[in-house]
Amino acid sequence: MSPKVIPIFVPQTNQSSGCGAKGGSGKSSCGSSAGPSDLSPEVWAKVKDHPCYSEQAHHHFARMHVAVAPACNIQCNYCNRKYDCANESRPGVVSEKLTPELAAKKVLAVAAEIPQLSVVGIAGPGDALANPDKTFRTFNLIQKEAPDIKLCLSTNGLMLPDHVEAIADLNVDHVTITINMVDPEVGELIYPWIYYNRKRWKGRDAAKILGERQMQGLAMLTARGILVKVNSVMIPGVNDQHLAEVNHAVKSRGAFLHNIMPLISDPAHGTHYGLTGQCGPTPQELKELQDSCEGSMNLMRHCRQCRADAVGLLGEDRGAEFSTDKIAAMDVAYDPEPRQAYREFVERERSDQDAARASELAALSGQAGDEKVLVAVTTKGGGRINQHFGHASEFQIYELSGAGAKFVGHRKVGVPTRYREAPGAGGAPALPSQQYEFMADDERQGANYCQGGWGEEDILEDVTAAIKDCAAVFTSKIGLCPRKDLATAGIEVVDGFAHEYIESSLIAWFRQRTETAQPAASAA
Amino acid sequence: MPYKIISSTCTACTACEPVCPNVAIKEKNGTYIIDPKKCTECEGEDPQCVEVCPVEGCVVVDKSLPRYAAA
Ligand code: SF4
Ligand code: SF4
Ligand code: SF4
Repeated sequence: MSPKVIPIFVPQTNQSSGCGAKGGSGKSSCGSSAGPSDLSPEVWAKVKDHPCYSEQAHHHFARMHVAVAPACNIQCNYCNRKYDCANESRPGVVSEKLTPELAAKKVLAVAAEIPQLSVVGIAGPGDALANPDKTFRTFNLIQKEAPDIKLCLSTNGLMLPDHVEAIADLNVDHVTITINMVDPEVGELIYPWIYYNRKRWKGRDAAKILGERQMQGLAMLTARGILVKVNSVMIPGVNDQHLAEVNHAVKSRGAFLHNIMPLISDPAHGTHYGLTGQCGPTPQELKELQDSCEGSMNLMRHCRQCRADAVGLLGEDRGAEFSTDKIAAMDVAYDPEPRQAYREFVERERSDQDAARASELAALSGQAGDEKVLVAVTTKGGGRINQHFGHASEFQIYELSGAGAKFVGHRKVGVPTRYREAPGAGGAPALPSQQYEFMADDERQGANYCQGGWGEEDILEDVTAAIKDCAAVFTSKIGLCPRKDLATAGIEVVDGFAHEYIESSLIAWFRQRTETAQPAASAA
Repeated sequence: MPYKIISSTCTACTACEPVCPNVAIKEKNGTYIIDPKKCTECEGEDPQCVEVCPVEGCVVVDKSLPRYAAA
């Protein structure tokens, strides 16, 4: 009945893209592989050690989520809160209960064990701001006990405007809001209800309130200089066409980064979408949408859709090592030294990597035409090609062109056991991109190519499907059989850059490739 | 008839506890329960626990007890 009502806040602050909100050049790539040159110094200082806000940092730094916020105040069609929500980093509410005190202790324990730790976030398992007491108490304790750790939180935004002051007071300098729509007509297809002002709202009214509160909260945060990342779940046929509008709306309110994530949907999850057969996008469809939004804003392409209790570098989860029982029994002390040392090490590595990349780029300059090639890389972190092909549970995808090497996403491989065993899930095998991590690390290794366990053919099929649009795969080591099979699939195997830096190696390879291709092309 | 929580479907998400205006809800052995002596059925507004609970049919009227208004 109502026309499109949403844009009530119109503070078209300045013409910058989200990235340069503080006066940077407004160039588009800070969420991808940008270095300090693209960002104002104060923004760079905030993001350089944050694995989610800087693609560069995600090679080096680890995050952890503490699941202190079980309650939620909205219902999403992609979430069944009894079970782990694959989309919004929500382990099922019953998975683990953590009090603020235990959470702070867990942070100290993880920090002592993992010097890469730079950020602690609260992302659920419900909504951080539907549990404001627990969330802010936890932040308070962490700030007191481990002041060198940065804080961030994720929210659906419904209660955000009420808590912006508290967020600013606690120096939380990163906030993620999940915004899937700005139009209630789209919203009512995603959110069956919300709980707001002591009342349950349904349908379009619910979506309208939620949308307005999200936009208001976003504008309030950015006005205070707090960096905001917007997550959007791409739901084909529901909001995929609409996300460009969302992108525009959040950019104009100063969001720093837009993270478009694929819907993860499986009947075994018991979600509305899972049960009604709503599909997620393919990796290629996702990339297309990300590409089309990119010109206008920084896009995050390295999000792993982590669980609300994830621990470790992006792409790994060491949560199982830090279960509640183990933490409770531990004796932990605060010692920032190793983390400081690690940060200094990363600084050195970074300038080294930048120099290597710059010199390769200089050598490349002008040689490449308009050609763009995708390649896949196996890495354990640190920005190096340092993982054995058979151990890879995901591939990092880079796009090579005359402009250099750009990180464009990651693709997971190895079918998690639960998909294999879940009754009824057999009919529609999950796409490689739709898998998330159920398994402990050693278990997961068994799932990968040439590691035994399952039929190798299956896994290799998975791998080739995941990276079929890549010209080459860069790895530190690879067995004879997969090497042959990949060659058959038309994917070149490159292991000559083992343990070298990723970006400079890729550019060097690309340069050699264009050099050898050009004479051939001109002869033809 | 105050409200009660069907414990077999309760996910212990904690959402209902803070929204009850009469502090009638608390945790017990991993699930949540309503104290029938404290529950006023939220007279005058929608029952808050029902409004916020994410599980359909988890919070219901307890027909074994008399209505609050009559009690
Ligand atoms: S879910 Fe995405 S944004 Fe959140 S910690 Fe994981 S990678 Fe970062
Ligand atoms: S109906 Fe109202 S008073 Fe009774 S338990 Fe629920 S919230 Fe509390
Ligand atoms: S809101 Fe519902 S599911 Fe959550 S604790 Fe209360 S009764 Fe249980």
